[in-house]
Amino acid sequence: MIPAAFGYERVDSVEAAIGALQADDGAKLLAGGHSLLPQMKLRFAMPTKLVDIGRLRDLSYIREADGGVAIGALTRYHDLEGSDELRQLAPIVASVAGQVGDPQVRHMGTIGGAVAHSDPAGDMPSVLLALGATFVATGLSGTREIAAADMFPGLFQSALANDEVLTEIRVPKTSGGWSYQKFTRRAQDWAVVGVAAVRMNGSANVSLTNMGLTPLRAGGVEEALAGGADPATAAERADEGSAPPSDSFGSEEYRRALSKVLVRRALEEALA
Amino acid sequence: MATTETFIGQPVLRKEDPELITGQANYIDNWTMPGMLWMALARPPYVHATIDGVDTSEAASMPGVVGVFTAADLELGALPFVWPITEDIKVPVHYALASDKVRFNGDAVAVVVAETREQAIDAAEAVAVTATELPAVIELEQAAKDEVLIHDDLGTNSVVHWSHGGAGDQSIFDSAPVVVQERYAQPRLIPNAIEPRGCLAYGVPAMDEWTLVSSTQIPHIVKVTLSGVTGIEEQKLRVIAPDVGGGFGSKLNVYAEEALALGLARKLGRPVKWIEGRRENYVATTHGRGVIHDCTLAGTEDGKILGLKFVELADMGAYYQLLTPGIPELGGWVYMGPYDPEAYWYEFTGIVTNSTPTDAYRGAGRPEATYVIERLVDTFARRIGKDPVEVRRMNLKPAFAEASTAISGLNVDSGNYEATLDTALGLVEYDKLRAQQRDARERGDTKQLGIGLSTYIEMCGLAPSNILGALRYAAGGWDGATIECLPTGKVLVKTGTSPHGQGHETTWAQIVADGLGVTPDDIEVLHGDTLITPLGMDTYGSRSVSVGGAALHFAVEKVKAKARTIAAHELEVSEDDLEWGEGSWHVAGAPDKAKTIPEIAFSAWHAHSLPEGTEPHLNATAVYDPPNFTWPGGAHICVVEVDTETGATEIVKYVAVDDCGTVINPMIVDGQIHGGVAQGVAEALYEEAIYDESGNLTTSTMTQYLVPTAVEVPTITTDGSHQTPSTTNPLGVKGIGEAGTIAAPPAVINAVIDAVSHLGVTAIEKPASPERVWRAIQDAQHQQGQSGQGGAA
Amino acid sequence: MTTVSVTVNGAMREADVEPRTLLVYFLRETLGLTGTNVGCDTSSCGACTVLLDGESVKSCTLLAAQADGRELTTIEGLAEGDELHPLQESFRRNHGLQCGYCTPGMLMAAASYLKENPSPSEDDVRLALEGNLCRCTGYQNIVKSILDAAGSMAGAGGGGA
Repeated sequence: MIPAAFGYERVDSVEAAIGALQADDGAKLLAGGHSLLPQMKLRFAMPTKLVDIGRLRDLSYIREADGGVAIGALTRYHDLEGSDELRQLAPIVASVAGQVGDPQVRHMGTIGGAVAHSDPAGDMPSVLLALGATFVATGLSGTREIAAADMFPGLFQSALANDEVLTEIRVPKTSGGWSYQKFTRRAQDWAVVGVAAVRMNGSANVSLTNMGLTPLRAGGVEEALAGGADPATAAERADEGSAPPSDSFGSEEYRRALSKVLVRRALEEALA
Repeated sequence: MATTETFIGQPVLRKEDPELITGQANYIDNWTMPGMLWMALARPPYVHATIDGVDTSEAASMPGVVGVFTAADLELGALPFVWPITEDIKVPVHYALASDKVRFNGDAVAVVVAETREQAIDAAEAVAVTATELPAVIELEQAAKDEVLIHDDLGTNSVVHWSHGGAGDQSIFDSAPVVVQERYAQPRLIPNAIEPRGCLAYGVPAMDEWTLVSSTQIPHIVKVTLSGVTGIEEQKLRVIAPDVGGGFGSKLNVYAEEALALGLARKLGRPVKWIEGRRENYVATTHGRGVIHDCTLAGTEDGKILGLKFVELADMGAYYQLLTPGIPELGGWVYMGPYDPEAYWYEFTGIVTNSTPTDAYRGAGRPEATYVIERLVDTFARRIGKDPVEVRRMNLKPAFAEASTAISGLNVDSGNYEATLDTALGLVEYDKLRAQQRDARERGDTKQLGIGLSTYIEMCGLAPSNILGALRYAAGGWDGATIECLPTGKVLVKTGTSPHGQGHETTWAQIVADGLGVTPDDIEVLHGDTLITPLGMDTYGSRSVSVGGAALHFAVEKVKAKARTIAAHELEVSEDDLEWGEGSWHVAGAPDKAKTIPEIAFSAWHAHSLPEGTEPHLNATAVYDPPNFTWPGGAHICVVEVDTETGATEIVKYVAVDDCGTVINPMIVDGQIHGGVAQGVAEALYEEAIYDESGNLTTSTMTQYLVPTAVEVPTITTDGSHQTPSTTNPLGVKGIGEAGTIAAPPAVINAVIDAVSHLGVTAIEKPASPERVWRAIQDAQHQQGQSGQGGAA
Repeated sequence: MTTVSVTVNGAMREADVEPRTLLVYFLRETLGLTGTNVGCDTSSCGACTVLLDGESVKSCTLLAAQADGRELTTIEGLAEGDELHPLQESFRRNHGLQCGYCTPGMLMAAASYLKENPSPSEDDVRLALEGNLCRCTGYQNIVKSILDAAGSMAGAGGGGA
C-alpha cells in the first residue's frame, strides 16, 4: 500500500530527463503515474528514482501535421477525449481515451505513459497499433521514429531505450468508419478482450487487446478482408497468431471465442 | 421539545449524516495519539508450510523499529471461538501469530512495531522466514479426503458434523412421484467493507487500564473475549467502535490484530495502531460462503413440494474465527423457505482448508439456504413443465398472523408471502415479460430475456438466549437500552447495538421520540463504547431493531411509568386518573391538566418535591431478551438480458417486495434493500475468491475481485406496502439488514438460466460470469447436437 | 526529503516529506485533513478522490510531490463556509450514504463531474462513478442524489439557460 523508498527529481526539459535516466540505471520516468504508481504500491516495481516529467507542458498537444495528427506524449486521456479536433481527425483515439480506466485516472493518465507501459491489456496501445501510429522518441542523439509494428516487442516492453523519452505520437487522419469493442466485466476494468477496427484504404485494420503478450494486429482477419471476405467470415480468423492469457477474467478458449464475436461486431460497425 | 407529532413510519433524514458528508467522521485511521507506534504484520508468502525459523534481526535493526515479536515473545492466549456447535466438534487452536505452521495466506508469524507506518511496513517485509512448503488444499472435497492435514493434531480435516435431525417421513425422498436431485456450489466471497479493518490500543500502564478502539461491529463481545486473550481484567478494558465504514459480517469478529495491538501496547506502554491494507484484508479478514450442497426435492407431478433435503459441505478455512461453524447451522433452520413441506432434512460437514477462515457474511447461512431452495424450486418447475410462479404459489404457506411452527421446528412469528409475490408480479409486469420472452425466442435474437424469482424467508433478531444456549453458543442474545431525560428537555439514549451505516441514531431516535412525545432532534443516541453503553450484544444478524429497538421500547415504557408517578404527584391526582396522549400525561377528560416528559424531567432533576420513594432523575434501563426470532419474507424478481454470443448478462429490471414487519424509517429500509440487493447481484454475477493451483489467492486485489460499480448494479424497485407485524416484539419489527442479500442471488441466477433455458441450459453456477454462461450455452448446444444426431440414427 | 507546497482548500500549506509520500497520506497525516479516506491499494475504490486544480484524481495514486505548486480541494473544502455544497445537501436529502466511508470520494468525484457535465442523464452519472466503489447503498441513492443536485445547481445558477 506504500511504495518502497526512492529518490525523486522533477525535470523541466526532455534533455534533463534523459540526463537523469542516464545517471541512474534504476530510474524510471514518471508521467501521470497511473501505470507505474499502482505497481510500486504493491511493490511489484521498485525503481531507485523517479524522474518526474509531468510538468513538461510542451509535450501536451493535439495538432494537425503532415496530413496526420500529432499528439504530445504527455497529453492526458481527459484532454484526448474532450478534444473536438481529435474527434474530427482521429475519432477512435478520442473515443477510446474516454474508455480507459475511470474519470480520475483519465485526469492523470497520459497517452505516452500508456504506450511506454506497453500493457497488452491497455486500450490505447492496441488502437495505435491498428492506426499504424508512428512514435517519436527523443534520446541523447536526437529523435527517432518508431513504427507501430516495432513499438511493442514484448510483455510490458516498449521499443524505447532506457534513456529515451517518448515525446510524440503521430496517427493518420481517419475519415472512414471505426469501432472499438471493449468487453469488460465491470466498467472500470481492463478489457477482457478488446478489438479495434479502422476502415482504411477500402479495407480495415484490425487489432486485438489482451489477446497475447503484446497488442496484436489481427493479420488473418485483415488478409481475409483484403481477399474480399465478409465480416462474419473474416472474423472467424480473429485469433490467428494470438496467444491469449488464461486468468480470472476468462480462459484462453473463451477469449478466442470472444475475439471472433467482437471482431465481427467491430467490422460490422466500422464497415457499415 | 414536547411534541404531538409522530415519527415512526416517516422518512426522517439521518442524524448521522452531517459529519459524514463534511469529512468530520472519526473512522479508526483518523485516530492518532502522542507517542503512538505503528504495527505491521509479517505474513510470509506461503499457503501451507512448516515454519523452520523466523529471523527478525534485519527487521529489528531498521530505522524506527521499536521491536519485532514472534509468538514466543508474547503472552497471549488463543483467539476466541465461541460456538462449538456439537459436543464432539474438533477445535483447531488458533493463536494471533503462527509458530509451528503457516496454514493460509493470511497467517502471520511476526509483528513489527515502529515509529511510523512506513517503517513498520518496511520492516515487516524484512522479516525472514525459512519454511518447508507443504502441499496446500483449497478445494472442499479434496480436503475431505484427508490426504493433506491442516491440523495434524486433529487427525482429520472434517472437523465438525451437525445434523438438524430431520422432520417428517424421510421415505418420501425415495417414494415421491417426482424426485429432483441437484448439486449446487457457492464460491467463497470477500466481504469488502470499503473501510478496511484497523485498531488503536492505548492505556494507563500504571493502572493496567486499557482501551481498544477498533473498526468492529461488536465492541461488547470484543471486550469480554479479549479480556480473556490478553489477561487484562474486564473492568479495566474499554472497547470503542468509532465510526465504522461498513462491516457486512467481516467486522463481526475478534481478530489477531486486535489482540496483538492490545498486547503490545501493554507490553511497550505506548499506544499501538494498526491499519489493514486492502490486499491484507483479502487474506486476513474473514470470507463468506464457500459451500457445496447436495439437494433433494420430493414433489408431485402437479407441483406440490413434499420434502426438502440438503446435505452440505462447508468450508471453515484454516481455523475457526469467532462463529465459523455456527454459520451453516444458522441456515439449517430455514431450508424450507416460505414453503410448507411434509418432510425436512438438513446436515452439514465443516471442513478445514488452507484458506482464510470463513464466518458471517451478510445473511450468514440464510443466503446459502435460500439460494439452493430457490434454485431447486425452479428446477422442479422446469422438470414438471410448469411456470415457476405457479409452483411457488401452490406451495407458499398461507398467510398467518400468529406464530406458527415450521417443519424445521422453529416458531415463525407471522407471514404473508403470497401477497408479496402478487405485488412483485404486478410491479414487474410478469405476463407481459413472458410474452416478450416468447417473441425474442421466436426471432432468435442474440439477446434473450430471462425472468427469475426468489420467494424467501429469513430468521432474524438473534436471538432468544435460551435457544442460543441450547445451540451451544457461549453468549446470550439479549440487548440493552438506557434512556436519560435531561433537565433541559433533551434526551440521551444509550444502546447496546453498534451500527456501522445502518442509521440506528435516527431510527432509535424515532422510536424514543414517539414514545416520549419529543422530536428526534431532541435525542442523542450513544453507541459503540463499552464504557458508555455497557449493556450490549452489538449489531449483526438483522437483530438491532428487533432486539435493541425492542429494549428501547421497554426503556421508554419504564421512563413513562416513572414520569406518570411524578406527574400524578405534581398534578395532585391519582396515577390511575392519568392517561398518555398528545405527548404528555394528562388527567383523563381534562387534557389541559398535563405534564410533558421535558417538564417531568426537570422536576425529577431538581427533585424539590418528588413523591415518596421516587429517586431523582428521569431515567430507565431495560434489558430485553427476545422470546423468539423474527421472520421477514418477501418476493424478488429479476429480469435479465443475456447476450448469447458472449455470455454477458445485463439486469434490465429488478423488483424487491420485502415484508419486514412494521417499518420505522422507510427511507432507511429502502436503502438497506438497495444495498443488500446490490451485494446479492454481486454474488450472483461478479464476485468469487479464486485460488491458483498452489492455493494462493488469485483475486488478491480490487482489480481482480469484482466488486460491482454503479454501472453494473441495476435500479431496484421496492415496495413497502406489506408490513405484517412480528408477534415476537411489541414494535412489530422484523429486520431488513440482510434481506436483499438473501433474496437476490437465486433471483438473478434463475433469471440467467431462464434466459437460455430454451437453448437447453438447465444449470449455471454463481457467479454467472460471461464465460460460465457462454460455456453453458456451448455445452447445451453440443449435447443437443449429439442427442439430435442420436435421434436421427 | 522533498518540499511540497500546495494550496489546499484555499490555504497555502508546505511541508518536507519523503518522496514516496502519497498525496492521500500527505493530506491526512501531514496536514491533518482526515476527511479523505483510503479504501484500497490499487486505485480501484475512489474513496481517496480529491480535486487537483479542480479535477477529480485519486490521491492514493499521486505522489505528494506531483501536487507541488498546485491547488487541491478536499471534502473539508467542499462547503462554502457554513453553506453546504448542493451535493452534500442532496446526499443527505436522498439518503445517498450509509456508512459514509466512500462518501467524501463520491462527493468529490461528483463535484468534478458536474462541472464537466452539468445536466447528465442517469446513465451518464453511473458511468461517471465507475471509479468509485460503494458497498452499502447499491449506488441507487447516490445516483439519485447527484441527479437531484445537478437539478438544484442548474436551478440556482442557470436561470438564463
